[in-house]
Amino acid sequence: MADGRRTIRFTLNGTAVAADVAPHENVVEVLQNAFDLYGARESCGQGLCGCCTVVVDGTAVSGCLFLASSLDGTTVETVEGLSDGKNLDPVQRCFVENSGFQCGFCTPGFIMMTKQLLAEHADPSEEQIRDYLSGNLCRCAAYPDILRSVQAAAKARAGGGDRVNAIS
Amino acid sequence: MAGVKTPPATDVTAVPALDALREVSRNVKRVESVEKVTGSAEYIHNLRLPGMLYGKIVRSTVPHGRVVSIDTSAALAVPGVHRVITGADVLTLVKNPHYGPAFHDQPILAVDKVRFVGDPVAVVLAADPHVAEEAADLVEVTYETLEPVFDEVAAAQPGAPIVHDELKPAGTFTDLKYLAGRSGTNIALDAMVRHGDAEAAFARADRVFEETYRTGQVMHTPLEPLVSVAESRAREELIIHTASQSPSFVRMEVSRLLGWPENKVRVRTAYLGGGFGAKLYIKLEALVAVCALLVRRPVKISLTMEEQFLMITKHGTTVKIKSGVTHDGTVIARRTETYWNGGAYADIGPRVTQKSGFTAAGPYDIENVSMDSFACYTNLPPAGALRGFGIPQLVWAYESHTEEIARELGLDPVEFRLRNALRDGRPHATGTIMENARIVDCIENVAKRLEWEKPFERGSGPIKRGRGIAVGFKASISPTTSVAILNVYGDGSCGLHCGTVDMGQGSDTAMAQVAAEALGIRTEEVRVLHPDTDMTPYDMATLGSRSTYHMGNAVRLAALDARRQLIALAAQSLGVPEDQLACKDGAVSASDGRRKTFREIFVDRFGMQAGNVVGFGTFAPEYEKADPKTGQSPNITPFWMVGATGVEIEVDTETGRITVTKMVTAGDVGRAINPEIVVRQLDGAAIMQLGATLFEQMIFDGGQVVNASLADYKIPGIHDVPHHIASDLIEVPHPRAPYGAKGVGESGTFGVSPAIANALADACGVRVRELPLTPERVLRAIRSKSGDPLEEA
Repeated sequence: MADGRRTIRFTLNGTAVAADVAPHENVVEVLQNAFDLYGARESCGQGLCGCCTVVVDGTAVSGCLFLASSLDGTTVETVEGLSDGKNLDPVQRCFVENSGFQCGFCTPGFIMMTKQLLAEHADPSEEQIRDYLSGNLCRCAAYPDILRSVQAAAKARAGGGDRVNAIS
Repeated sequence: MAGVKTPPATDVTAVPALDALREVSRNVKRVESVEKVTGSAEYIHNLRLPGMLYGKIVRSTVPHGRVVSIDTSAALAVPGVHRVITGADVLTLVKNPHYGPAFHDQPILAVDKVRFVGDPVAVVLAADPHVAEEAADLVEVTYETLEPVFDEVAAAQPGAPIVHDELKPAGTFTDLKYLAGRSGTNIALDAMVRHGDAEAAFARADRVFEETYRTGQVMHTPLEPLVSVAESRAREELIIHTASQSPSFVRMEVSRLLGWPENKVRVRTAYLGGGFGAKLYIKLEALVAVCALLVRRPVKISLTMEEQFLMITKHGTTVKIKSGVTHDGTVIARRTETYWNGGAYADIGPRVTQKSGFTAAGPYDIENVSMDSFACYTNLPPAGALRGFGIPQLVWAYESHTEEIARELGLDPVEFRLRNALRDGRPHATGTIMENARIVDCIENVAKRLEWEKPFERGSGPIKRGRGIAVGFKASISPTTSVAILNVYGDGSCGLHCGTVDMGQGSDTAMAQVAAEALGIRTEEVRVLHPDTDMTPYDMATLGSRSTYHMGNAVRLAALDARRQLIALAAQSLGVPEDQLACKDGAVSASDGRRKTFREIFVDRFGMQAGNVVGFGTFAPEYEKADPKTGQSPNITPFWMVGATGVEIEVDTETGRITVTKMVTAGDVGRAINPEIVVRQLDGAAIMQLGATLFEQMIFDGGQVVNASLADYKIPGIHDVPHHIASDLIEVPHPRAPYGAKGVGESGTFGVSPAIANALADACGVRVRELPLTPERVLRAIRSKSGDPLEEA
């Protein structure tokens, strides 16, 4: 295979990083290959299931369709950046408290898309929640609980209090 | 199950009252919650090993043919390709490379014939998965094509092209052995039940109804696609890391293929990103094992979403039903003929045919029943178990049919069902007396939830409204065995060694709750070890909603065994007789208030924090196999599951689109170990079945599936979830279940499809007898009824 690798620099979960990437490598691959981050997962490979959702420059994207080389100069947030290792993000906490998952494979994608939703609509209607999450699939169909989790997260945000919940 | 003792009745019949329970019935949050929301939960999908090669499967492009030649030269010329493995390479390691749970009919790689488009022919190995993928396209295979057969009914007829020259039952299930050596047929198994005299009863019935119902082939689409990794470090040692629902079976089958003892093969798993039956028995494991042994490097094969459609599917079916009814609305006879499209390899299809087949007449008290169920080989991708083990296809048929009869007789469909419902104490068609099956309760519950007695607005204008209900039942698969070990460590904490695979159903949490309840500790203090055949004892598999009952009983027995040993040790150190000691809150206490924590018990015994108390539990329920000629058995199943569904829908009569506005489920769960998780299971199952009802179907062109991707094969998304959705638990503790709890993973699927079709009939007066209920199919039915049929496409 022709090589064509290049070095890209970007901000990953608040830290300046660099990586050597091949032209065909996608965001999921570079997160796994270079940074050992497995929260964004490739499932359908077509940008339809949302399991690979990460936030690039404030916009949620499908990591399986986004070429790694395009990350050069961007700011990237993944599910691993939400928790500081001691405390959960309010969205994560609300997913735990409302059982917003079953097998958990799609969960990081739902959580990242919820972050995007709440950044744009602090008090979303049920239809807005459904619209934002329509590109995330959950084969266990935990949807009713995901809806409740997102509604609880919106409420928690409104009530203030960031990262109040200890992981243990 | 000769030689396996069932547990003493005293251990399993004592179901404590609800208020005596501390851990069971508590809404404990899932034990793995934090891992799942932080993205750190372990899945085999993420596993990488040093020196690992990626395998890409080269697949048949013809539905039926003989492999004439395989040219690997162009693939091998691609830089980075390590090796290309073919069936000939497999034969150097495995003399008879055919595997499968029911039949040994599936080759690890094709040896002579290919039997469906997608059948594995070769594997390309490379350190870079993209290189393997590119090279796989360059393997040239030449076939001599053979005539294929795709339809299950056509395949069962004399003169059909033969998919397998001879039937090869596996021997795993002794009651299939009689099929050995049969040839010249595509019927892998014919199962029958005869109860009374159906033909004579048809002759004296006032009305006779006969119809045929069909379902298409659908796929599980777990979002973590099937994946297995194998490594072999020592000469005779093999480790398989696999996203599997049945590690014990994988070990048994891979050992058998290699001719090794089981103790040289280790099979482990992690959390599964969904299973639903797709990851059962043996899938990629034999293939990665052979590859790893041939190249002496770790090998990983991850399927793409597209490839999953070629691995395992849910049977398409044709069900013919005939019923004889009296004027007053009593069903006196029913005959069913079910044809299961099993695809090219049997997988667990024969078991589906047999074990679900005997419920095809429905949960009704019918004096004269005749049921025939045929597992049919065809040249389509193999079919196996998908959340319900064949039950949703059968309920689709008998509940559509039951509704048609009621409407035709002018009877209320709910009343008609209640009049004919099979009640406890009455014999099922197999001769087994029904017990602990809340059929009537489930029907009544959904009727009440829909306010069935009240008038219902059916809409005017192009949007029509309708409502419908349906009820289904399932027998737990038997015979099966579960073994558990509860290991209490020197500090009093404990590890539960159990082979149940948590694929999202919450089994780690439920099993920890059962162990904690029996041992008198908090659920949060139990660590559940993930299935690893080097560490966790035998479990048949995580399937068919069997784990809560079977493994739950084994876990309870293991915890009671540990508890007994702790009490015996405490009796010595306290000088109090064992029968005067109680075990709760992590300590053993005497009536005078003196107590020893678990840790103190170890310190007293060993002089320091040391040692283990190991409790064992084995559970294999009683069961009597059915007479093969009549299907009769006095004890056909350890327990029955019942699920009912009620829906309200809107039908756009201009487009044929159905919108489900309300969906209610009632599940007979015995007792919920964790009510919140149980409700989630019922809701989730119902939404999954909603997909198979309204839009999911694999579409084939000449045997080639043409919509194998989430772009063209739609699964339910959040917009498809009815705005009103609810599940109710019918809780009557089962006397032989652990704390009364039965399996619940599938019950929510049972009634969904016919409930929606019945609601469609209610709304528009049209009956569609084939799934899925696509807008086109619905619109054609509506237009035909109005005398303005759509042109054929």
